[in-house]
Amino acid sequence: MSLVNYLVLSGILFSIGSIAVLTRRNAIVAFMGVELMLNAANLTLVTFGRLHGDLQGQVIAFFVMVVAAAEVVIGLAIIVSIFRTRGSASIDDANLLKS
Amino acid sequence: MDTLNLAWLLIAIPLVSSAVLLLLGRASDAWGHWLGVLASAASAVLAIVILVQLLGLGADDRVANVHLFDWITAGDLTVSAGLLVDPLSVTFALLITFVGTLIHIYAVAYMSHDADRRRFFAYLNLFIAAMLVLVLADSYALLFLGWEGVGLASYLLIGFWNQNTEYAVAAKKAFIMNRVGDMGMLVAMMAMFATFGAVDFETVFGAASGAGQGAMTLIGLMLVLAACGKSAQFPLQAWLGDAMAGPTPVSALIHAATMVTAGVYLIVRSGPIFEHTPTAQLVAAIIGAITLLFGAIVGCAKDDVKKVLAASTMSQIGYMMLAAGLGPIGYAFAIFHLITHGFFKAGMFLGAGSVMHGMGDEVNMRGFGNLSKYMKVTWITFMAGWLAIIGIPPFSGFWSKDKIIETAFVGEGWQPWVFGTVAMVGAGITAFYMSRLFFMTFHGKARWNDGKNDLPGPERHPHESPALMTVPMIVLAVGAIALGGVLSIGDTFVSWLEPVTGHVEHHEPVLSVPVITVTTIVLVLIGAFLAWRQYAASAVPVTPPTGTVLTRAARVDLYQDAVNEGVFMRPGQHLTRTLVYADTAVVDGAVNGLGSGTLGWGERLRRLQNGFVRSYAAVMLIGVIGALVVVLASRV
Repeated sequence: MSLVNYLVLSGILFSIGSIAVLTRRNAIVAFMGVELMLNAANLTLVTFGRLHGDLQGQVIAFFVMVVAAAEVVIGLAIIVSIFRTRGSASIDDANLLKS
Repeated sequence: MDTLNLAWLLIAIPLVSSAVLLLLGRASDAWGHWLGVLASAASAVLAIVILVQLLGLGADDRVANVHLFDWITAGDLTVSAGLLVDPLSVTFALLITFVGTLIHIYAVAYMSHDADRRRFFAYLNLFIAAMLVLVLADSYALLFLGWEGVGLASYLLIGFWNQNTEYAVAAKKAFIMNRVGDMGMLVAMMAMFATFGAVDFETVFGAASGAGQGAMTLIGLMLVLAACGKSAQFPLQAWLGDAMAGPTPVSALIHAATMVTAGVYLIVRSGPIFEHTPTAQLVAAIIGAITLLFGAIVGCAKDDVKKVLAASTMSQIGYMMLAAGLGPIGYAFAIFHLITHGFFKAGMFLGAGSVMHGMGDEVNMRGFGNLSKYMKVTWITFMAGWLAIIGIPPFSGFWSKDKIIETAFVGEGWQPWVFGTVAMVGAGITAFYMSRLFFMTFHGKARWNDGKNDLPGPERHPHESPALMTVPMIVLAVGAIALGGVLSIGDTFVSWLEPVTGHVEHHEPVLSVPVITVTTIVLVLIGAFLAWRQYAASAVPVTPPTGTVLTRAARVDLYQDAVNEGVFMRPGQHLTRTLVYADTAVVDGAVNGLGSGTLGWGERLRRLQNGFVRSYAAVMLIGVIGALVVVLASRV
């Protein structure tokens, strides 16, 4: 099976993830979209690692997972605190940084 | 050379007197006019002393440079203020101070009813001082100071009765038209500095032969332009008629001794420059010839006695300009005519003032007539001026004008025939309009209301003017009768001017001299006879007849004002309007457009910063996709 299929799958996943981020109003769902995009990226990295026959791709994918885990912790904390103060998890309500 | 070093006093005396009168203000009202007369007279005495001193020297020693002080030191340019005392400048100084003093004396009586008489005398003194600076200067820069000084003084004097808007406008017109000429003077001075690195007469004249033809022609033409402005020559003559708005003594001073003679002085003084530029010389002669006919034609149609005299001045200065344009052979005659003209024209202006004095400030000649019965002295002195200007021998004007006509016939090719004929025909027309003026004013039937006849208009009681007015007129009339003849004996005047104008070999005119003289006199007699038949022997209509096309054109100065308005004023106005429009529409539009454009774009860009996470994400995505497309497209 050609490795290109993995890249195509990764592209599809990334698109789904980005559509989720752009269209869903719920912060949790948007977050899931972000996770999906990150994993799509990881899949690409691993595939390229395989193509080149070395481990660089896998290593970078591990880094991404670490960063993603940290991001999820902080992101969820922010979402929870926003939900507590404003009673909503909609990301469109949180535009206070505008001017 | 002691007295020559005192030449600066000539200028200083009237200048100080003018300053005193202006600074003291009303405090000097009671005696201010006498101070003015005294200052002018003191200058005249000093001028005579200097003349005597010069006459005592040999012909070659009669040129003295009196250094006063270093005036301008700027970079390479050093201009020292110095006076050039030579036969030419002393001649002018004498004319200015002598005729000027007579006019001052006359003005004491003429202006006696004016509340601002003291101020008037302050301006007169300023005029005299400025004119003396002009003629005594030893460099073009100092000459220019006097040049502008007479411009200022004439502005103040023409607009002396500036409570009348029309008079104020006349003063402004004279001032502005003179500035046009002054541009010529400035350009000439700049060209001189560029060519010779100096503007004093000595250096410039000394280096003139080594300069290029182009530069000399530029300088020459610009000097002619300057002379045109100051001397009211074509096409800058329109101000002179309007300048009659000033009090009559001013007209006499402007026309006879100062201001308008400055142009002729400039050309003659710049002789060494003109020697090297035949083009400019020819232009000067052509302008002289045009103006001489122009003024004469205008003079035939005017009914305002002072405007006829003004047109006549224009025409006579045209003669001088023509002579000056003929080169060294004409210089001495130009100045000769200038001197004799100074006397008879001043006399006639004062006579006209005397008539106005007796007739309640009336200037329309159609309202005069038969005044010879009431104003004997004015009549006789005016007659002297009249006979002199039309060139009846042996009156002054005959000697000087005949010489110019003779000189105009000297030369080669077409020039002598054209210039000579114009000068000769001009003499005939001059005889006609001056006789017209004389007969309409002093002869024929009275056309004014004396209380007994039933003519319309206010009642007039013409009477002879006081002695303060008549004595100057008598002195000037003596000059008009005898001066020309006396100075002609043995070519006294011409040889007196030789140190300046250079010795000129006698040239034969294309026609023989007796033929020219006799033809001219015949033309003059015909002109005078026609005027006598029409304006003395037959009745003169009180309301001017419609007249021919030419008469109507001459009444409005041959449409000179209309031409100026159409050619210079209107396009200028349109130009400025266009510029103003361009300024508001294009320049302001661009600046304001830039401002509002930035504002609008800011407004639009501000909307992008909406704080919505998803829209930022979309922008990022679009950006990434865009970047990818670019990268991939460049790979293909």
